[in-house]
Amino acid sequence: MLQRTPLYDRHQAAGAKLVDFAGWEMPVNYGSQIKEHEQVRSAAGLFDVSHMGVVDVSGAGALPYLRRVLANDAARLSTPGQAFYTCMLNEQGGILDDLIVYYLSEGRYRIVVNAACREADLDWLQQHADGFDVRVRERKEMAMIAVQGPQAERCLGQAVDARLESRLGALKPFRAVETGDWLIARTGYTGEDGFEVMLPDRTAADLWDHLVAAGAVPCGLGSRDSLRLEAGLCLYGQDMDTTTTPLESALGWTVAWDPEDREFIGRQALAQQRADGVQRRLVGMVLEGRGVLRHGQALQSESGAVGEVTSGGYSPVLGQSIALARIPVGDDGPWTVDMRGRALPVRVVKPPFVRNGKAFID
Amino acid sequence: MSNVPGDLKYTSSHEWVRAEDDGTVTVGISDHAQDSLGDLVFVETPEIDRAVEAGEACAVVESVKAASDIYAPVAGTIIDANSELQDSPELVNTDPYGEGWIMRIRIDDPDVLEELMGADAYENLLAEEGED
Repeated sequence: MLQRTPLYDRHQAAGAKLVDFAGWEMPVNYGSQIKEHEQVRSAAGLFDVSHMGVVDVSGAGALPYLRRVLANDAARLSTPGQAFYTCMLNEQGGILDDLIVYYLSEGRYRIVVNAACREADLDWLQQHADGFDVRVRERKEMAMIAVQGPQAERCLGQAVDARLESRLGALKPFRAVETGDWLIARTGYTGEDGFEVMLPDRTAADLWDHLVAAGAVPCGLGSRDSLRLEAGLCLYGQDMDTTTTPLESALGWTVAWDPEDREFIGRQALAQQRADGVQRRLVGMVLEGRGVLRHGQALQSESGAVGEVTSGGYSPVLGQSIALARIPVGDDGPWTVDMRGRALPVRVVKPPFVRNGKAFID
Repeated sequence: MSNVPGDLKYTSSHEWVRAEDDGTVTVGISDHAQDSLGDLVFVETPEIDRAVEAGEACAVVESVKAASDIYAPVAGTIIDANSELQDSPELVNTDPYGEGWIMRIRIDDPDVLEELMGADAYENLLAEEGED
């Protein structure tokens, strides 16, 4: 039996096509993925992301604990409401998950993990809590709604009470405001301005309805994927997993090397890899001709070196196919992709592909 | 429930076939097929004058979700392909039985049309495949 979010009835009523996503019955689209994609780039879209795992980490030992289990340094979160993106690594430096950490107040943090990883993450987090004065608690009763796009602030402002509305405008990217049992964060996974609201299940449908009334249009996981790909954001399980490190996944910027004496899990392996020289890297790719790059397609360089498309798809903004791909360091190509037996030229580019709704590559 | 016009023939790979008066057939993909694929972004149509066998892959539709082969429902010669789909692949989504047609085939043996599924049989197939 698939799990359902508190918004399941809303999705059904709106005619969503529902699919199994990591054990959850989730909307992939409500008709047209491309229209939903364009809606987020031009106005505001609404996503049910309640399948994601919300985990609270609290206690006097919360900070030293997070400094141990995360590759980014939670000590950098000094002001309540501050957040960052980080990887959680195993001892080999392989990525267990990517997640966002929110600093709520002294000794209180919230992390949001991928739906497909939540059980393994929780096991890992519990396992490594020994010796720390810390409590790791999954907040299963929390729903999460993302409103994304240039009109997101206006829509959310209309959907919440006036007292809250006045605080939204002042909220900077990667900042959150906690109000009662709600956490409103200026974060997202689309490359647009927007918010993610974590709130109790029982209040989720009410906020959803208010956001729809304010003009935000329900969007499915299909457009969420094409939006994040245009924004050059990695997807766990496709672009990285336990067999790849942040340094091989264009995520080196999320690893806090300083201070040198912070022994986070995976640090030694990463340091070794850095010293030995990183062999592979994650790049952006554009297919010059017609067709669509897809996860798992083989890439070949003129030199004979090989690579692989990790995430591929169609970019509605560019009108062509784009991808993230893993290739050897130092091979400038030219590269071709094996598309159904034909070798088609692809161009290596630096993501993001799209910024502020417009093409961002040459 | 997807739209299954009664005057067309169908294949188990979800193409539809319309017998024209001049001994040719027009071919597209069913409403069910376009709905399953999601938004189409590219359509690769076959070359004119190409001879095809029944069941031969001769066109490709790429949607936001996946690439799918389109199979010639009957043996014959490709005599036309829908050039509008080059710039407007979404026609297959919006009008699968009309402006979203994919190709026309001059059929070798018109009798084989009788071997294709009628609308009732195709609806049964969809029901078996679990469409509600």
